[in-house]
Amino acid sequence: MLAMTLLLCVAMIGAALVAIRTDGLPVSILAAGLLSLLASVVFLVLASPDVAMTEAAIGSGLTTFLFFFVLGRVRSGEREGGEHD
Amino acid sequence: MIRRAVVLALVLAMGAIFATLLAGYAPDGDLNLTARYYADRTAPDIGSANIVTAIIVTYRGLDTLGEVTVLFLSATIVGLVLAGGRRRETAQRPPVPVGELLTTGSRFLVPLIMLLGVYVFVNGHLTPGGGFQGGAVVASGVLLMLLADPLKHFSHRLIAAVESVAGFAYVVIGVLGLVLAGGFLDNRILPLGELGALASAGAIPLIYSLVGLKVGAEFSSMLASLSETEEL
Repeated sequence: MLAMTLLLCVAMIGAALVAIRTDGLPVSILAAGLLSLLASVVFLVLASPDVAMTEAAIGSGLTTFLFFFVLGRVRSGEREGGEHD
Repeated sequence: MIRRAVVLALVLAMGAIFATLLAGYAPDGDLNLTARYYADRTAPDIGSANIVTAIIVTYRGLDTLGEVTVLFLSATIVGLVLAGGRRRETAQRPPVPVGELLTTGSRFLVPLIMLLGVYVFVNGHLTPGGGFQGGAVVASGVLLMLLADPLKHFSHRLIAAVESVAGFAYVVIGVLGLVLAGGFLDNRILPLGELGALASAGAIPLIYSLVGLKVGAEFSSMLASLSETEEL
C-alpha cells in the first residue's frame, strides 16, 4: 500500500510539472485534470471516499470541462478578432 | 536574481514547516471524544449507513445550510455580473465547428452522467457522496451538453424554479424538524427505517436530494449564463 501511495504521489508531481511546463494549453488542462484524478485516488487510499468523490466530481470533472469550455470561447474570440484585421 | 532568491527562501521555509509537521506526526490510536460519539450514535440515532452524511446533513445541518447559501450567493453574483454583458443573438453561426466525436459522444454520455448524479445524491445516506457531489456531476452533464452544442438554450425559468423550490423546501423541512422532532433540521420527522435501506435515515434522502437539485441548478445556471453572454 505504501509503495502504491508513493507511486501515486510521484505521478501527481509529474502531472503537475507537465501541467505547468508544457506548451499546448489542452495538454496542460488534461494534465491538471489527471492531477486531480490521482489526488482523488490518494484520498480513497487514505480512507476518505466522500472527499475523493468531491475531488473527482469537481476537481477532475467539472473544472477540466470548464477549462476546455473557456478555452473554446477564447479561441473563437481570437478567430473573430482575426477576421476584423 | 533577488526575486529568485526570495522565492527559493520562501519554498525552503515552507518545506521546513511541513518537515516539522511530518516529523511530529503520530497517528491517533483511537477516536477522540467527538468522533467516538458520532461513530457510536449515528446508527441508532440517525439511522444513516454513511456517518459522514449523518454529520453533514443532521449533526452539522446548519453549516450545510450556510454552505448552500454561500453557493447561492456566488451564483447570484455571477448572474449579476454577467447581466451587464451583451446577450448573444439567437440565430447565429456556431463560433467554432464542433467535432462529430463530441456530438455523438455527448448524446451517449449525457444521460448516463445525469443518471449517475441523481444516483449519487439519492444514495447519499448509504454510499459515499451526496448532494454537493451529485449536483456537481449533474452540472458537468449540462456543461457537456453546452460543449457539444454551444448555441443550446436552457430555460432559465425552469432552472430558477428548481433552485428556489429546492431551497425553500430545504428550509421548510428544517423548520418541520424544529416543530415535530428535536430541533432545526432534525431528520427524525420521518421514520428511521431499516439501516442500509434506500428509504431510511428519516429526512436525510429528501434533504440531500433537495441539496443536489439546488447545487446542480446553481452550477447549471452559472454555466448557461456564462455561455450565453457574448462579451462583458
